[in-house]
Amino acid sequence: MTYQSSLLPLAAIGISLAAAVPIMLSGRKPNLREFWTLLAAVGKFVLVAAMLPSVLAGHGFVLTLAEVVPGVPIQLRVDAMGMYFALVASFLWICTSVYSIGYMRKLKEHDQTRYFAAFALAIAATIGVAFSANLLTLYLFYEMLSLATYPLVTHERNAEARFSGRKYLIYILGTSIGLVLPAMLITYALTGTLDFTVGGILAGQASPATLALLLVLFLLGFAKAAIMPMHGWLPAAMVAPTPVSSFLHGVAVVKVGVFSILRVIFFIFGPALLRELDYGTIITTLTSITILVASLIALTQDNLKRRLAYSTIGQLSYMVLGAGMLTAAGMTGGLLHIAMHAFGKITLFFCAGAIYVASHKKYISEMDGLGRRMPVTYGAFLLGALSIIGIPPLGGFISKWNLLLGAVEADQWVLLLVLLTSSLLNAAYFLPIVYRGFFAGPRDTGAGEVIQEAPLLCLIPLTLTALASVGLFFFPGVFLELVHAALFR
Amino acid sequence: MEQLLAEIVAKYNYWIYVVLMMIGFYAMIGKRNLVKKLLGMNIFQTAIILFYVSIGVKRGGSIPIVDKHAALSHGIDATQVINPLPHVLMLTAIVVSVSITGVALAILIRIYRQYGTLEEDEILEKIGR
Amino acid sequence: MTSTNLHMYVMMAPLLAAFAVNLLGRVSRAWIGPLSLGALTFSTIGALLTLLRVLHHGAYRYTVGNWQPPFGIELVIDPLSALMLLLVSGVALLATCSALKSVQNELPGREHLFFTLYMILVAGLLGLVLTGDAFNLYVLLEITSITTYGLIAMGSGRAALSSFNYIIMGSIGACFYLLGVGYLYILTGTLNMADIASILPGLNAPAAIATAFAFLLVGLWVKMALFPLHIWLPNAYSQAPTGAGVMIAPLMTKVTIYLMIRVMFSIFSPDYTFFAHAGVQAGIVWAASLAILCASGLALAQRNLRRMLTYILIAEVGYMVGGVWLANGTGMTGAMLHIVNDALMTLCLFLAAAAIIYRTGSLEFDRLHGLYRRMPLTMAAFTVGAFSMIGIPPTCGFFSKWYLLLGAVQAQHWEFVAALLASSLINAVLFFRLFELAYFKPAGEDVPSASQPCGDAPPLLLSPLVLTAVALLVVGLGTGPLIENVIRLALPPGFAP
Repeated sequence: MTYQSSLLPLAAIGISLAAAVPIMLSGRKPNLREFWTLLAAVGKFVLVAAMLPSVLAGHGFVLTLAEVVPGVPIQLRVDAMGMYFALVASFLWICTSVYSIGYMRKLKEHDQTRYFAAFALAIAATIGVAFSANLLTLYLFYEMLSLATYPLVTHERNAEARFSGRKYLIYILGTSIGLVLPAMLITYALTGTLDFTVGGILAGQASPATLALLLVLFLLGFAKAAIMPMHGWLPAAMVAPTPVSSFLHGVAVVKVGVFSILRVIFFIFGPALLRELDYGTIITTLTSITILVASLIALTQDNLKRRLAYSTIGQLSYMVLGAGMLTAAGMTGGLLHIAMHAFGKITLFFCAGAIYVASHKKYISEMDGLGRRMPVTYGAFLLGALSIIGIPPLGGFISKWNLLLGAVEADQWVLLLVLLTSSLLNAAYFLPIVYRGFFAGPRDTGAGEVIQEAPLLCLIPLTLTALASVGLFFFPGVFLELVHAALFR
Repeated sequence: MEQLLAEIVAKYNYWIYVVLMMIGFYAMIGKRNLVKKLLGMNIFQTAIILFYVSIGVKRGGSIPIVDKHAALSHGIDATQVINPLPHVLMLTAIVVSVSITGVALAILIRIYRQYGTLEEDEILEKIGR
Repeated sequence: MTSTNLHMYVMMAPLLAAFAVNLLGRVSRAWIGPLSLGALTFSTIGALLTLLRVLHHGAYRYTVGNWQPPFGIELVIDPLSALMLLLVSGVALLATCSALKSVQNELPGREHLFFTLYMILVAGLLGLVLTGDAFNLYVLLEITSITTYGLIAMGSGRAALSSFNYIIMGSIGACFYLLGVGYLYILTGTLNMADIASILPGLNAPAAIATAFAFLLVGLWVKMALFPLHIWLPNAYSQAPTGAGVMIAPLMTKVTIYLMIRVMFSIFSPDYTFFAHAGVQAGIVWAASLAILCASGLALAQRNLRRMLTYILIAEVGYMVGGVWLANGTGMTGAMLHIVNDALMTLCLFLAAAAIIYRTGSLEFDRLHGLYRRMPLTMAAFTVGAFSMIGIPPTCGFFSKWYLLLGAVQAQHWEFVAALLASSLINAVLFFRLFELAYFKPAGEDVPSASQPCGDAPPLLLSPLVLTAVALLVVGLGTGPLIENVIRLALPPGFAP
């Protein structure tokens, strides 16, 4: 891939950063404020998409922002992997913006201005992570995301939100300062660079013991990927309003964690080095445990959002697991699962939010029969769930198929077993929700409370993402191409 | 032992300054009365001033005031005059020490007006209350 | 040699302004602002020109009154001192804006006295930065100290007692320093730093040289409040009038650390400092690590914003002392960079504290509820300052910490790495605790009552604060050029990376 200097990546990040200002200034005029949000969201997607053809053709973009440390400038670079993630995030961002507006207005939430401003900062940071050219820049945006999401997580500003906010920060900030920062420093001290280089930079630079230490530090340090035991913040952060959970804790924040880990595995260590040292096992062991334990815990959760949260924890580890197999299909599957899971999980969260907006119900045990009143929502929920379980014809199948292939390729029958077991568990914790929605409960409650579908601004995005999950099965072309370009070109 | 004694006697000026300094140091740290602390500080500073002054001295040297014409024609025999520089330095140090004492006394007056005592324990007790 | 006198004007401007402020300020308060701001603006511009000149033409020495060294007093203007000159005058300028307002509020009728001392203090600090003479350094150190004693004593409550304790400790420090200089004088017969440095290596009196070195260092450590010698600082700095704290806190400790660097490298040599006594270098890094941990721990126990900041300040002293003593170029770069960054961060936080105290009258934690709503701009700037203290990119605090950590990794001083990381985490806890207080539970549920005034601080307090917050980001992003063009030139030979 060749790189040309361009302002486009900065514009793609900056547009929502800049939008935060008019959003805050037009706090008294909600319509104007939402106009800015949507304008920035669409503008961002257009800017990202504008770079797509060139990236597919093998011409990336690069922009150096500041020289800070010798050999490690603050630099943006659009390569296939970054493009892939940015594309997913910026598209889903539009859906989330629309959904947020519907959700927040229907519930008459307080402090919407601050909410939308913080949201704008968060998405800017997410795209920043995608377009980072080196680990230092990535760390910068990673931290920016942590801080921008704090006001979102604690949006309710009650005791529970305060507690969750604390937990969120302790996990996220504690690990990034306590684990990633030293790992990054040691890497820099060893190699003199932090640039994401195809094939890695660490090969031949340190003893196997040091490398193992670094690997573990990175894996656990990017706690946004919620690899156990660094997962505790995710369920806690579910106190946030649902759009926050859906986008940030279903898509942006957690995916940023996974993306960072994958960046480190592919471009700092390099698959060849890990294969040589057989350190893929470290990754696969950690993630396999996470997958199984998280799925089992998800079974026991009655709060819908918490169940989704534990499901997310498990699914995130799929992606890292795929990378840890260090085989072509495994890595493809892991990377591809970022997009597939994103579309599926955001649908599920949107549905959870829609259910809450329509019925103010949070617990699965209360949701008997709700599907008959909200067929669209539940239909979308089913599609999202099937995609995550990995059933054709849904996008999730493609990535899962690749993961299974990868396990076979790597001759890792244990991993195959883990993946299959987990799929069963996925089905076990998702399908009952749908079943209860449609078939359980009294046939007709008659009069009394009348529950209807959520507002249109909520329904459109969730339908869109659910259909996109289906569409991705038939047309995974762009994503697949980008993933292949990222891994093998 | 004798050697040590000879050492002490030969360099008695240093020993005096060390002893003075320790007295001052003790008063600054150990005394609870603020005025005594201040006195200790003055002793401490004086010890250092004495130390400096004593290092300028030469056996048989006279005061460093020389006749200009004699000095210009014959030069100065450095062994005949004591070194004036440490003394000059100490003029400055004395000025510093006096000004610090002045400031400290002014502050002590304020403290006395505020608390009616200069015993540190009593002041702390009053603050605590 | 060059014939420019610019740096002299930089130093003289605040000194002359001090007298003018005293005389004219007595007549009318209106004179004080323009005079002091004018003088400091002049100094800042002069310092900037001096720095550019040094970078362009290289370091130079200047003999005051044209008495040739080693007899005359020599000033050294090299990249580091020129940078410090700019830092001191710039920080003082920003601090003065805020001080003008808060002194008017806290010490009505005594402003001219306050600003007389204040301007002399600035002049003293500028002189300290420039001097190339060991005894001259002592005198200037005492000029800054005496003015500081006076300024602190002008505070209310326990300020007088704190100031007195500071006098005792400060005098011990200064006397130790003076003793060290005395030893050096006996050994070399000169007081000029460069001259001493050229004579020392030829002497065969290791015990005496080591004693001198120890006295000088311990003296300066007391003055900079390195951890076990810090007891005087929290009380003194937190009870000083707000206007005084805003300038003293960012500058005093930083300038003293600069002096330590001068003593280590301009009087003694890096070789002597680091390698003459086995174990000393490593021991000091260990001590600095402990200092960081203990001071950070003590900060956790504070319930008042300004007191908490003073303990953070003490921890930061440990950062810089440790960084210099890592004995490698990276660590030293980090320490020098941190002098600049920490001055700015501390300034930012103290300015924010000044703005908060102006509006609410208190910095106790339980009075900080709902501040984000009441003073959004102030709190935004405070947040930036806090992020910098925690070390979150792209604020400048991250980058100096980066260099310090990298230096520690290279020197294999893992205890220092651990201390720095732990302190970052503790800072995060400290500040997020504050953010929580200020963010949750809006006071009186959105209804501003008489006791909870609404709105940001007046512009004179707010503008320097916002400017400093912006500076934190600009300096952070400009770290590369700053190191490349200035700090790298300031490293002792043999340590440049």
